[in-house]
Amino acid sequence: MRIGVVTFPGTLDDQDAARAVTIAGGEAVALWHGDDDLKGVDAVVLPGGFSYGDYLRCGAISRFAPVMNSLVPAAQGGLPVLGICNGFQVLCESHLLPGALTRNDSLHFICRDQRLLIERTDTDWTRDFAAGQEIVVPLKNGEGCYVADERTLDELEGEGRVIARYLEVNPNGSRRDIAGISNARGNVVGLMPHPEHAVEALTGPSIDGLGFFTSILTAAVNA
Amino acid sequence: MIDTVTHAIEDTDHPQPYAELGLKLDEYERIREILGRRPTSSELAMYSVMWSEHCSYKSSKVHLRQFGEKAPKTDALLVGIGENAGVVDIGDGWAVTFKVESHNHPSYVEPYQGAATGVGGIVRDIISMGARPLAVMDPLRFGPLDAPDTKRVLPGIVAGVGGYGNCLGLPNIGGEVVFDETYLGNPLVNALCVGSMRHEDIHLASAKGVGNLVVLYGARTGGDGIGGVSVLASETFDADGPAKRPSVQVGDPFMEKLLIEATLEVLHAGLVEGIQDLGGAGISCATSELASNGEGGMHVWLDRVLLRDETLSPEEILMSESQERMCAIVTPENLDAFLQMCRKWDVEAVVIGEVNDSGRLTVDWHGERIVDVPPRTVAHEGPVYERPYHRPSWQDALQADTPDSLPRPADGEQLRATLLNMVGAPNLASKSWVTSQYDRYVLGNTVLAQPEDSGMVRVDEETGRGIAISTDCNGRFAKLDPYAGAQLALAESYRNVVAGGAIPLAVTNCLNFGSPEDPEVMWQFAEATRGLADGCLQLGIPVTGGNVSFYNQTGDTAILPTPVVGVLGVIDDVDRRTPMAWGPDGELIYLLGDSRDEFAGSEWAHHVHGHLGGLPPQVDLERERLLGEILVAGSRDGMLTAAHDVSDGGVAQTLVEMALKSGVGARCWVPDGVESFVFLFGESAGRAVVVVPRSEELRFTEMCAARQLPAHRIGVVDSGLGADAGYDAGEQVLQFSDQFTVTLAELRQAHEATLPAVLQT
Amino acid sequence: MARVIVDVMLKPEILDPQGRAVQGALGRLGMDGVLDVRQGKQFVIDLEGDLAGERAALMEQLAGELLSNPVIEDFTMRVEA
Repeated sequence: MRIGVVTFPGTLDDQDAARAVTIAGGEAVALWHGDDDLKGVDAVVLPGGFSYGDYLRCGAISRFAPVMNSLVPAAQGGLPVLGICNGFQVLCESHLLPGALTRNDSLHFICRDQRLLIERTDTDWTRDFAAGQEIVVPLKNGEGCYVADERTLDELEGEGRVIARYLEVNPNGSRRDIAGISNARGNVVGLMPHPEHAVEALTGPSIDGLGFFTSILTAAVNA
Repeated sequence: MIDTVTHAIEDTDHPQPYAELGLKLDEYERIREILGRRPTSSELAMYSVMWSEHCSYKSSKVHLRQFGEKAPKTDALLVGIGENAGVVDIGDGWAVTFKVESHNHPSYVEPYQGAATGVGGIVRDIISMGARPLAVMDPLRFGPLDAPDTKRVLPGIVAGVGGYGNCLGLPNIGGEVVFDETYLGNPLVNALCVGSMRHEDIHLASAKGVGNLVVLYGARTGGDGIGGVSVLASETFDADGPAKRPSVQVGDPFMEKLLIEATLEVLHAGLVEGIQDLGGAGISCATSELASNGEGGMHVWLDRVLLRDETLSPEEILMSESQERMCAIVTPENLDAFLQMCRKWDVEAVVIGEVNDSGRLTVDWHGERIVDVPPRTVAHEGPVYERPYHRPSWQDALQADTPDSLPRPADGEQLRATLLNMVGAPNLASKSWVTSQYDRYVLGNTVLAQPEDSGMVRVDEETGRGIAISTDCNGRFAKLDPYAGAQLALAESYRNVVAGGAIPLAVTNCLNFGSPEDPEVMWQFAEATRGLADGCLQLGIPVTGGNVSFYNQTGDTAILPTPVVGVLGVIDDVDRRTPMAWGPDGELIYLLGDSRDEFAGSEWAHHVHGHLGGLPPQVDLERERLLGEILVAGSRDGMLTAAHDVSDGGVAQTLVEMALKSGVGARCWVPDGVESFVFLFGESAGRAVVVVPRSEELRFTEMCAARQLPAHRIGVVDSGLGADAGYDAGEQVLQFSDQFTVTLAELRQAHEATLPAVLQT
Repeated sequence: MARVIVDVMLKPEILDPQGRAVQGALGRLGMDGVLDVRQGKQFVIDLEGDLAGERAALMEQLAGELLSNPVIEDFTMRVEA
């Protein structure tokens, strides 16, 4: 089970995403932004960080990288893709997911252990969770406020495409407390918090994040 | 018209603006003597910047020598003082390098960029040793929390530290936030970085190999910080405020991230013979230092430097402090591979010079010689001052003004009120408004981070080997007695490292003081360095490097003498670390060490009475060493659930922090022989609170008794006290015998409200 | 040479916390009666030759795809000779 992890210039959490894949039992495959070869991987993670320094807009430059030329059609064709934080931003800028991420309403970068409600458990990345399960994973961003017009938000809600919601505290002003969404097919998921930082009891607030990475292994086996 | 060497020889009496560049007349005359002629304007620029206080340490060198002279013998030191940063062996073939630096004046002028570029600079110091950076920490000091200017600088500085560090992908694992009126016009921004490498990867800043090439890579050179070093750090501010605006550097953390990756790749590919980062004094510093440390000579073609601004003069290029630049020495055979690796990361690189054995540093500008100097005179043989110093006239009176007659809380109710007041004091309150702006998780190796005693990161994922660092200084203690104050800072940092279960190995320091031209300030500096050097010798851990920041004063008011000490320790397996949160009901809470009636310089005297006077708490470094051995053994052998050092705010603060972190209450009592108020709020050194499972109690107390470390049982973890105390059954409380009870909810409210109330916009 | 100016603003319905922060600051510094502040970006692009035909169309397209995110931003473009 080979999971690609993309590194753009300025990507920071690629090593952590690779570690999470490994702990889950998969094989992490490094993918370089400048290379359009996806190396036949079974799924791709776009990790967190400040690709291109967040210049212009977060993810706005990364989305035009050569690797995205292959990734976008592959995702449209069903390849599972998980975008975490900056990765979520890239997915929105590429229009693989609707809406956009803007500056936190508090104007401050916030790093906190965030409680989430997992709402949709039939996507490639959330199968190992129980519907309504509450988890705690780290959140760390300055531009994590999810916005979309009312029509899009209603559509997401109506189609059950909100996969995770903030509980107790909305750390960035995201509309409808949305922490993560999926595309219609459920193979592309964007998530603002960082599950890859909650895979070891030693270094994280929990190991709740592992579920995202084990889910994809199960999904691939069943595919 | 360019001022060339030829012209300088001809036009020997041409008046030069040496004073405006910060040089004294005798220094200028010495330069003329060294060169045998007047300096060219480029040479004058180089000397003025490199001989400034910030770069040359001219006022502090004679005192800093002690760190080398009194260095304890230790096998752990792989690279000592003198290089960019010290390197320590942590076992298993791993080495760690760490250093703390100041960026105080730029942060007052432009808080965000000053702090950001401070982080950038220290990170480059670490990678230039050949290390991969692991984490950052930032000791910060501000004027009073509610002062208008604090609200101007604090948010900007915190945003700058976070903005730059987060973008680099380095977890922020600790630091300090301290408020005192003496920092009002002079906030202190000290930045620490720690990195790791394998022994064989250590690189030094030297230019070896005649014929090797000098490659400048990273960001283009612009007009940033022209004269920043000599203009800003060597002069105090006058009372009108930050008029020296244009000299601040602007940072680009994305470029630095690329620089880190490119540098680590070229280092690991063995493409580099020597490396140096460009910090204060930019190209002047990098070339003169590299040339001094290698074959002794270098030639530079300055017009090859890639510029952001084509209008810069050669003097400005030499003095520019544009960020995110490094200098590497590369053999001609390796040049192509080096340049290719830079291209991969979109990092520009250009050959600007060549190593030779001429014993001179020469610089040409479009074929004309504008610099021809002996490099050691620029980089290492700057002026050395023996500044006069004497004990301040007010020191005796200050020490005689003890806090003994200050009114103390008399009963349980007053103690309770004092506690709620103290936990909300700016210096004791929760700093999470600040620390939640920093990423602590990136790299996935952070095992302990603020508010724990030390920041601890795993270095080896297979074996679990890790390091822990703490930075500490109580400036009030240092003002009462700088010698003891420096030792107390060392003791506190040492204690914070051992509390987590790590064994201290090495020390770094950032010495923040007022003007060295003031003999009373200079006395504080001399005493503090003497205290630190003596303390390090006694504890057996050497100073590996550090930083001095002088001129932190506005008019006549100097800051509290603030010798920030950072201690680094190693732990075999981070899994065995001791965190500060206690565990299940029934676990026993012990206070280790002796509690004395010591309130001089305490947070209680400061916050409740605005008083500073007397003598600081007694220093007993042998006790600190013993305490450390017990805490490390307790951690390693699984005898301790939790540990937390006792410092500002005393045992009460320690217990409250542990309770709030765990969310569980406890029943506590005052040990025999100590009065309640002294027990709760006194700040005697050499103490820690530990939590021991019942099954380990006998083994632990026997260990303490055998080593003669006083250990008093002072409490039991208990989540079920709520009902008996008159609250709801599940309410968590801290109960102090029959004196008073307080809920964790009240404590949390008082502790967490202070900073947001003032800083939340 | 042609100079293209592209102004990008958040769509009116998107929360602009930076604009709000600036509004507060203006008020605190003595500027009364500030009804609203919105913060945007301006790109100044200097091109060889002039901007005509296909090239102009491409610039407009890139302004709408790269320089701005149509989900949350509007843009205007003008050319100075």
